Amino acid sequence: MARVSLTVNGVQYTEEVEPRLLLVHLIRDKLGLTGTHVGCDTSNCGACTLHLDGQAVKSCTVLAVQADGSEVTTIEGIGTEDDLHPLQEAFWKHHGLQCGYCTPGMIMAGADLLSHNADPSEEDVREALAGNLCRCTGYHNIVKAVLDAAQASKGVPA
Amino acid sequence: MSTVEQAPQVEKWVGQAMRRKEDPRMITGRGRYVDDVVMPGMLHMAVVRSPEAHARIVSIDVEGAKSAPGVHGVFTGEDINLESPLPMAWVPPGVEVKTPETLPLAKGTVKYVGQAVAIVLGSDKYGVRDAAEQVFVEYDPLPVVVDPEKALEPSSPLVHEDIGTNQTHEWTIGGGDMDAAWAEADIVVERRIVNHRTAGAPIEPRACVADWRGGQLTVHLTTQNPHLIRLFLAGEFGLSEDRIRVIAPDVGGGFGVKIPHYGEEVLAAWASRKLGRPIKWTESRSEHMSSTIHGRDQIDYVKVGAKRDGTITGLECTAICDLGAYYTLLTPFIPCFTGFVISGCYKIPNLKYTARGVFTNKMATDATRGAGRPEATHLVEVIVEQLAAELGMDSLELRRKNFIPKEDFPAEVAIGVVYDSGDYHGSLDKLLTHVDLDAFRREQEELRAKGIYRGIGFSTWMEICGLAPSRVVGPSGVGLQAGFYESAIVRIHVSGAVTAYSGTAPHGQGLDTSFAQIVADRVGTTPDQVDVMHGDTGTGPFGMGTYGSRSLAVGGESLAQSALKVADKAKRIAAHLLEAAPEDIELTDGKYSVKGSPDKGMTLAEVAGAAYVPENLPEGMEPGLEETTFYDPENFTWPFGAHACIVDVDAETGKVDVVRYVSVDDCGPAINPMLIEGQIHGGVVHGIGQALFERIHYDDDGQLVTGTFVDYALPSAADVPNFETDRTETPSPVNSLGVKGVGEAGTIASSAAVTNAVIDAVRPLGVGYLDMPLSSQSIWAAIQEAKGSSPVVGDPGPQGGQFNGHGTGSAGSGPTSPSEGGAS
Repeated sequence: MARVSLTVNGVQYTEEVEPRLLLVHLIRDKLGLTGTHVGCDTSNCGACTLHLDGQAVKSCTVLAVQADGSEVTTIEGIGTEDDLHPLQEAFWKHHGLQCGYCTPGMIMAGADLLSHNADPSEEDVREALAGNLCRCTGYHNIVKAVLDAAQASKGVPA
Repeated sequence: MSTVEQAPQVEKWVGQAMRRKEDPRMITGRGRYVDDVVMPGMLHMAVVRSPEAHARIVSIDVEGAKSAPGVHGVFTGEDINLESPLPMAWVPPGVEVKTPETLPLAKGTVKYVGQAVAIVLGSDKYGVRDAAEQVFVEYDPLPVVVDPEKALEPSSPLVHEDIGTNQTHEWTIGGGDMDAAWAEADIVVERRIVNHRTAGAPIEPRACVADWRGGQLTVHLTTQNPHLIRLFLAGEFGLSEDRIRVIAPDVGGGFGVKIPHYGEEVLAAWASRKLGRPIKWTESRSEHMSSTIHGRDQIDYVKVGAKRDGTITGLECTAICDLGAYYTLLTPFIPCFTGFVISGCYKIPNLKYTARGVFTNKMATDATRGAGRPEATHLVEVIVEQLAAELGMDSLELRRKNFIPKEDFPAEVAIGVVYDSGDYHGSLDKLLTHVDLDAFRREQEELRAKGIYRGIGFSTWMEICGLAPSRVVGPSGVGLQAGFYESAIVRIHVSGAVTAYSGTAPHGQGLDTSFAQIVADRVGTTPDQVDVMHGDTGTGPFGMGTYGSRSLAVGGESLAQSALKVADKAKRIAAHLLEAAPEDIELTDGKYSVKGSPDKGMTLAEVAGAAYVPENLPEGMEPGLEETTFYDPENFTWPFGAHACIVDVDAETGKVDVVRYVSVDDCGPAINPMLIEGQIHGGVVHGIGQALFERIHYDDDGQLVTGTFVDYALPSAADVPNFETDRTETPSPVNSLGVKGVGEAGTIASSAAVTNAVIDAVRPLGVGYLDMPLSSQSIWAAIQEAKGSSPVVGDPGPQGGQFNGHGTGSAGSGPTSPSEGGAS
């Protein structure tokens, strides 16, 4: 077993884990943050996307021990029902989700894009989200939501 | 008790593009999916699966697995005792369907890669998978057949020796006289159209948590029809269904693959009873690709006859349908759906469709988004454009000439079904207001001069939805062993809040919102006051679930009727209390008021208060305010529309770029237009995925090559354009809402539009026909062959469509009859 200390959504955790434990399973099964989903096991679908030290990663291909000493942000950490992140608001407004299963990963990937490109083109958004699969929406409204969130975020300090 | 505040009223909630009620929890990571469910003492289940496509099981050694850390039990097929095998629900009168017994775990033989052989139960999610690798199965390989046409040859290995043939059944529907059709035709065009195997691939894999305690079974399950699953479990375990509760919480997409009743949920329930613990099983994506149903997989031999002026005299299709080794719930029935819409939007006097089902050493096919109708649209719309090319006629002119005219509706077509309503000319006309075809053709010419091959393809589609009239599809009709009504309860609480229970089980369709809109208008409240409950057999009335684009047309109508019954009672209460006649009470601006005296009225909350504190109700009236409806429609509903796709094909590489996609769809009046658009977008991309990227591929040994998302290419955001969507609204006369259904429309329409566009693009290069998937390699190979060079075409690989060699050069050069077809 290995000891992992990390901060998730601002809360400090220390856990004894098997060295092979995936970060997504630490987050879901040990910390109970079930908003981060697993869709494919091969890091193709991006449902497990979260932020590790400010970078979007697919947490199904990160070992929990690799996150030792890191700061993790999950979908639960970027906004709440009473205080939505601009991307959450935009996904709601533009019908950017249907079954909702890919949505947390999409929003986290979208947030990663906006953190380094505040004014993306449609093509930028499509390329940035190419590693996140959605079977319901056909992406049209997701792209619209990310573009709208970029506009809404302008002038808002990060 | 405080009453519920009334939000400001809009005139009607139906028709508003209101935001979804289900979204706040989902966008904040607070949705609740089956894999999120955790119970005290819960064990995990891992499934040992066959790596062989066809083999005798010589021995299974479970001792190593049993002694692995944390393992509570290991079981094989010999251990599992059930009262009945897994169900297949189609018994068509007068047609013999050869039906193998389907068990949750293999006994004696395995017949496809991924078939479950043993289960391991243990306390650790990773540990049970380790232990599963300690289950040693000795296999004695048997001959394998994967090509459905080879499987029909007399020399083929048999998938089921005891059945004695690989042909499962033959089912025919038709009308008119095919000999007359060909005799009257000046031209006959034939094509062999391959509609390859695909995966439904919802992003949420299947999962279940089964908990048996106190003689009762509770199952959380990723399902589209919890009430049916409950009935099946009751049969398998010899329980009455009231002892079982099946709950579908948030379900992360279904696309048909969560309709069937799978062995894993039975095994989890069985193990829970055996071990006295809750059992969770969550599918890996690899398990999904091998062991969750696939879709499509028809080889369609299509023949169309026409007069010189374009009048179609007849259409015939024989479909070789690869059903896999075993059936799931509806496996052999799905190809019938192709037959039900074989006439397309056209008035065709002579029609014949025959489905020949075939066993192969593969996973079962069953319903995936569209379920038989995408195959129909594809073959009809592709052959129509092939016919147009052969006739030298504009394909839209050919379509218009043969469209069923608006004034003919309700229209009975030659196979005997009656289309409820339609305006096929209208949807095509509207499409062409968005697509300037003359300008496109000029641009196409100019681009070709620059070496850019741009093409346009159309699909004027229709489908059958709203399953359905039980007398038509039930046991003595088409032969499904069930009724197909839907149920609904509308319950007004004392406070005036509303709970609407539906027997449907949505998984992304937004029914919490659209159903709330329907109910709010009818009882006089706002959608935020209406909680829609579904997917739980412990709370709502019996229902048939969500599939076949039926939830709104059947489930929504059922709710609408319950709401109207509630409103009727509310009017009688208001009339009594306001001292007016019931017929003088009207529901306006959220109030039950006396006609002509809008200030004299009662809110729903006030009426509910009177109904639940019944000191002054009309003589003989029961207290309370809730109503139930079981609604069985009189007919199916028949949505339709017209789609256009524009593509660029790189003649050097064969790569396709979808440049533009325009759709006009008609699903009747919109309840929530935003949700309709979303369904169309997603549906269209599903069809684009099949046309360009996706293919379930088994090699000649029956090994699944496309076993992960690395190999099975779902379209990403970077692969598709924005969509231009528009609608017409032709109400269905079948239900009071006038709605038809839209969940599968985009998928049903789009593969033909994309395929026709690619063929239009490469026609100047001498390529007159192409099968899906339209991979770079298959297109490039076709171009090379047309040029007269002979490309070396090996196996196209998992994402590659196999160029079938037919149809290059002039149209009409390819096809064969199925009997001549042989191996592809």
